[in-house]
Amino acid sequence: MDELYRDQILEHYKRPHNFGVVEAADLEYEDTNPFCGDEQHVTIKLGEDDRVAEVAFEGKGCAISTAATSLLTDELVGMTRDELLRLPKEYVLELLGIDISATRMKCAMLGLKIVKSAALGKPAEWEDEGEAGNPAEAAAF
Amino acid sequence: MTVTAGAFPIERVREQFPLLEREINGTPVAYLDSGASSQRVLASIEAVDDYERRHHSNVHRGSHTLSGEATEAYEGARGIVARHIGATDPREVIFVRNATEALNLVARAWGDANVGAGDRILLTEMEHHSNVVPWQQLAERVGAAVDWAPIDDDGLLDLDALRALLERGPKVLAITHVSNVLGTENPLAEISAMAHDAGALVVADGAQGAPKQPLDVAALGVDFYTITGHKLYAPTGIGALWGRLDLLRAMPPFLGGGSMIRKVTREGTTYADVPARFEAGTPAIAQAIGMGAAIAWLDAELGMEAVRDHERAIADHTLARLPEVPGLKIFGPPPGPERLGPVSFEIDGIHAHDVSEILDRHGVAVRAGHHCAQVLMERLGVAATARASFGVYTTTEEIDRLVDGLEDARRVFGL
Ligand SMILES: Cc1ncc(COP(=O)(O)O)c(C=O)c1O
Repeated sequence: MDELYRDQILEHYKRPHNFGVVEAADLEYEDTNPFCGDEQHVTIKLGEDDRVAEVAFEGKGCAISTAATSLLTDELVGMTRDELLRLPKEYVLELLGIDISATRMKCAMLGLKIVKSAALGKPAEWEDEGEAGNPAEAAAF
Repeated sequence: MTVTAGAFPIERVREQFPLLEREINGTPVAYLDSGASSQRVLASIEAVDDYERRHHSNVHRGSHTLSGEATEAYEGARGIVARHIGATDPREVIFVRNATEALNLVARAWGDANVGAGDRILLTEMEHHSNVVPWQQLAERVGAAVDWAPIDDDGLLDLDALRALLERGPKVLAITHVSNVLGTENPLAEISAMAHDAGALVVADGAQGAPKQPLDVAALGVDFYTITGHKLYAPTGIGALWGRLDLLRAMPPFLGGGSMIRKVTREGTTYADVPARFEAGTPAIAQAIGMGAAIAWLDAELGMEAVRDHERAIADHTLARLPEVPGLKIFGPPPGPERLGPVSFEIDGIHAHDVSEILDRHGVAVRAGHHCAQVLMERLGVAATARASFGVYTTTEEIDRLVDGLEDARRVFGL
């Protein structure tokens, strides 16, 4: 089996989960990976207690960025905006379960960055992400 | 090495590029990213080394022996560039950091003085961001409007549409010589004549064009032409702007500082003549010498006609072989007189980033992304492409390895 392009990654790339747009979204954000121009658009509908009720994404991207956002959006229902903001990079890396090289890190993190920006209502400050949350804590969400 | 009529001395050329001995993931590198930055020729590496070890001093600033040697080498490089591009006077060659700085220099120094509110600036859809953003910034500063000359579905500039846009009377046409995505060579001589008839100046971006063919700025008829050293087998941090002497002399300075002045008093400053007026501060002396040495090597050992023939042969081979890969789509014109490298493509079902990742496992280096040409990407309807670009050292075997790598990418993706 391929180290990077595992079956799970290719599955999510070819048939991404939560692909599309949530109607009447409460939160939304669109951003690009400046290196390659890939774009993703995330829409989120909040339900009771301001928790994520529905989430979707659309856009064109590489296997890594598409699979990462597909996997990530599978986990978000039930989270509060605060919890979205505290999701660390490691959360996405664990979902991917593969080694991501420095050159592909931007691909892997595109969706998380957009989810956080949507939760904030403005561009998330990316440099802080490392300290923004404790991976162990995040995994327990 | 001697110039061999007919056969390109590829083995001897490759010996002149130390980096090509590198292995990537256990195989010799097939470096197909020269459009982003070429590898360095030994003649250039050695010229820089010799200068740094034995001749370094500041230029134009002292009567001691070393300053004299440094100045002579630096000005010698200017002469080499001037002869190479067909400039009649070396004062028309201004050393800058790269093509981007050259284009900013023109947009600032010439643009601010000559483009005003309500004026038009004409760009093409195939421009690199370096030949877009400085003009958009100028338009914003002075209140000018930007028009875009379209390409046709083959990736050639639509000359009829260009003519129509020129009728709007733009002050300037900024156009690339060769597209860094499509490999299209624009017919600059014909285009310059059209633009001049309409009263527009022509600023040509030669970042991709200059490394691939003989140059004669007078025959091209352009008013400004830019080159960048790191795509010409020379170091980073050096490039050149060529401009018509009368235009350069009428332009105010770009950056202020040392070396660009005639006299500074408390009341104000008068400026030096060109080229010094546009070379404020201590220049990239070693890099300029390195660029001169690389260009001298190209001219003495290969000749730019042979370089162009080689580029076209590699591009033709690539255009012939890539369609063997199922689901592969090429962007840019078919083989022909207007077609050089690079060759950009996409494969159905595999994103360009993943293509380049898998090719890298085979030691094949290509670029994936928007290639700093997002207006063109939008026109092509893609976010990213993979791009194979060539140099004097590129072999057909390397292109064959590219094709093998693409077959493997399809296998990995289960296609
Ligand atoms: C067509 C074109 N113009 C301009 C540039 C900018 O060159 P530089 O980065 O050396 O300024 C490039 C290089 O990427 C290019 O391909």
